[in-house]
Amino acid sequence: MINNTKKIKNQLAKRYAKEKRFKVYGLSAIAVSIAFLLSLLINISTTGFPAFQQTYINIEVDIDSKLLNLNDKYSEKALFRANYRKVINQSLKTLFPGVKGRKQKKALRQLVSKGARYQLRDFVMNNPSVIGTKQSLWFLARDDVDVFMKGGIDRSLPESDRRLKNFQLAWIDQLLAENSLEKRFNVNFFTQGDSREPEQAGIKGAMIGSLLTMLVTMLLSFPIGVSAAIYLEEFAPKNNRWVDIIEININNLAAVPSIVFGLLGLAVFIGFFGVPRSIPLIGGLVLTLMTLPTIIISSRAALKAVPPSIREAALGLGASRVQTTFHHVVPAAMPGILTGTIIGMAQALGETAPLLMIGMVAFIADVPQGVTDPSTVLPVQIYLWSDSPERAFTERTSAAIMVLLGFLTVMNLLAVIMRRKFEKKR
Amino acid sequence: MTFGAILTALVALLFLGYYTGRKRSISLSDKSNQRLHSLPQHYGYLIAFWSSVPALLILLFWSVLESSVINAAIVAQLPAQLQQLSADELGLFINEIINLSHSSAPISDDVKRHAVLYYKELIEFSDWVKSIVVFVLAFVAMFVALAFVKPEMQARNLVENLIRWAMIACASIAVLTTIGIIFSVIFESIIFFKTVNVFDFLFGTHWSPQEAIREDQVGGSGSFGALPLFVGTLLISFVALVIAVPLGLMSAIYLSEYSSLRFRSFAKPVLEMLAGIPTVVYGFFAAITVAPFIRDLGESLGLSLSSESALAAGIVMGVMIIPFVSSLSDDVISAVPQAMRDGSYAMGATKSETIKQVIIPAALPGIVSGVLLAASRAIGETMIVVMAAGLSANLTFNPLEAVTTVTVQMVTLLTGDQEFDSAKTLAAFALGLGLFLTTLVLNIISLYVVRKYREQYD
Repeated sequence: MINNTKKIKNQLAKRYAKEKRFKVYGLSAIAVSIAFLLSLLINISTTGFPAFQQTYINIEVDIDSKLLNLNDKYSEKALFRANYRKVINQSLKTLFPGVKGRKQKKALRQLVSKGARYQLRDFVMNNPSVIGTKQSLWFLARDDVDVFMKGGIDRSLPESDRRLKNFQLAWIDQLLAENSLEKRFNVNFFTQGDSREPEQAGIKGAMIGSLLTMLVTMLLSFPIGVSAAIYLEEFAPKNNRWVDIIEININNLAAVPSIVFGLLGLAVFIGFFGVPRSIPLIGGLVLTLMTLPTIIISSRAALKAVPPSIREAALGLGASRVQTTFHHVVPAAMPGILTGTIIGMAQALGETAPLLMIGMVAFIADVPQGVTDPSTVLPVQIYLWSDSPERAFTERTSAAIMVLLGFLTVMNLLAVIMRRKFEKKR
Repeated sequence: MTFGAILTALVALLFLGYYTGRKRSISLSDKSNQRLHSLPQHYGYLIAFWSSVPALLILLFWSVLESSVINAAIVAQLPAQLQQLSADELGLFINEIINLSHSSAPISDDVKRHAVLYYKELIEFSDWVKSIVVFVLAFVAMFVALAFVKPEMQARNLVENLIRWAMIACASIAVLTTIGIIFSVIFESIIFFKTVNVFDFLFGTHWSPQEAIREDQVGGSGSFGALPLFVGTLLISFVALVIAVPLGLMSAIYLSEYSSLRFRSFAKPVLEMLAGIPTVVYGFFAAITVAPFIRDLGESLGLSLSSESALAAGIVMGVMIIPFVSSLSDDVISAVPQAMRDGSYAMGATKSETIKQVIIPAALPGIVSGVLLAASRAIGETMIVVMAAGLSANLTFNPLEAVTTVTVQMVTLLTGDQEFDSAKTLAAFALGLGLFLTTLVLNIISLYVVRKYREQYD
């Protein structure tokens, strides 16, 4: 008898230990997921944060009309075509006299960005009176200099392993000593389109492209999705074959891989209807088809949650079914419908794969002006930049991700706030 | 008039129609001293519909057909030797003409200049005819509809019927989408399978579509063996499920059975955030951070790992689908009746024993269907594998090596510049067909399992 009690007691201790372990497993599963999420966010923001700053170089430029290759007439056309590159190169040469050899001279020219000449051009064209004077101007630095300034190049590495050689470091040191190198807020990142030069590349083109694509998506998917949901929830006859087919289709489309929608867009919209590639219009069409199931399913849930008493009261007062639905049921379900729409839009904003299929993956430097201009979108821009080997692009990719996640956070917060408001009302 | 201008005018007509319809119904009932059957705005809606929607449909239809008709007309008046060109070259030629017509630069080539002039003429003519047809239709429809307005007309019923049909049309778009998907993948796939044998495609072990682009090797029989892609997809998805199923299931169990309400209301949204992060972000993270980390880890253990190993892509994908597994399992675990738990506790079982021996078996169909949905998600996932997995088709089950997947190959086959009907692009559609069917079967099974489960408890 005593033996048995002992046995059970021993077993009980084991069982309790097992119980504890099981609980720890559960907690650690959640901890692992959260740790992964945190490490992703921290990793992206630490690599992306430096991209919000950009190095500028101060150079005293001698805006000489001879160097500019200008005659005495300063017509707009002549000013536009003048040789600004030579002026900048000459100024760099006077800043660092005694640079010899083709390689070093080339490296010297590459201290400043390729875009510096256009910056100087705009400066001169805005006030032609500066011609013939010496001006101290801040120019964009090349990506290598920029990466060095942000600590991305290790001085202690052997020279052959470094992107910047000893003589280039000496120039940078001299510039630093003269206070001619400075990190500033990277305005270009938000005001420029894509570029092959990392220091000039910005996300404005992609942001506008995303905005236009989302506009098309929302204008189409919201009315279509909500009408479909209203029909299925309020009007559709029960046990009707066609209605069953529609419901099965919607549930199934919600789980179709997004890349298949890209194939649909390629074959039907581009191949059959001849819509041009790479434009926000077609991106919006494809994303509309992709987000429709999400919007329909969540709108139906919202409509279902409206108490039947509202419908019965309206019908009892003599309203028709359409009037009941549109005057009473839909307004009551609106917060839920909007929440679902926002979540669908957030999905569409982050979507990349179908857009690759329909050619929104081209290099486009111009900022799109309308829904029929070739453009790219934010996630595709991230994909394109992530392929570039330059270190400065890795940084910009992370920064673009931060912007994208920022937009998504705002949208999701909006959805949460709306849901809260909705719940309070009940 | 441009498309946008016509559209704006039609919107203006819509409001005009509403206003006149409403006004006319009121004045008619005043004149005849007869009560209106419906509210005045119903007459307004009706007139607004007729004055803009038919014209809008014609406008859309015209705009869709316009370019192909004009292109055909230009080709028809080209000199005979130009008409002999292949479809692609003609397409290029027409593109050049369109581009030239937008620039003001003088054109030296006589043929092109004529073509550009003709193109401009046609565009102008088409714009004119389009505007006239659209507006004549809009006004005729509006006036005819206005003539029908009578106090005893059942305007509300008509409007409600229109609304109902519009809603049915919206709901049917889902069916049209499915039909569109099926047709777009099936047609191209049929053309593809005319050059490549179905069995060679499904069971061939050599995948190198690049060879087929050369003229002398079109559809080289050995080069479209997709087996390595299928195996690669399964391998990465398997790794993902190995990560996601235990983590997701344990999270769901903890959240629904153990955690306090406060912890749950914090942890659940955080877990769901994992599903909200765009896949391109996961792809970047996998390629830049996780893959090098795993490679270094493997090297320190003395393993030789590819930096594009299936392991890295699979792990990140697994984390991505954790919320799918966890939220679906959470739902079914919460749906298990409390009486079953109470019964088990009464027999002296601990909480974990109850979970393992009562709740999980009861919730198993739901959990399985969640896992199947997660698997279909993993198989169709694109960006993570495009950015973090390899491009070379290796037939291997070793997760430490680089493999490629169906979706990666679809992206690489379709993002280059090649003609639309080359074997390469067609292969992408055949892969798409396979992908669509696989995920379809998984979804159907999972829906079926869920339905069957529901019957037990409701």
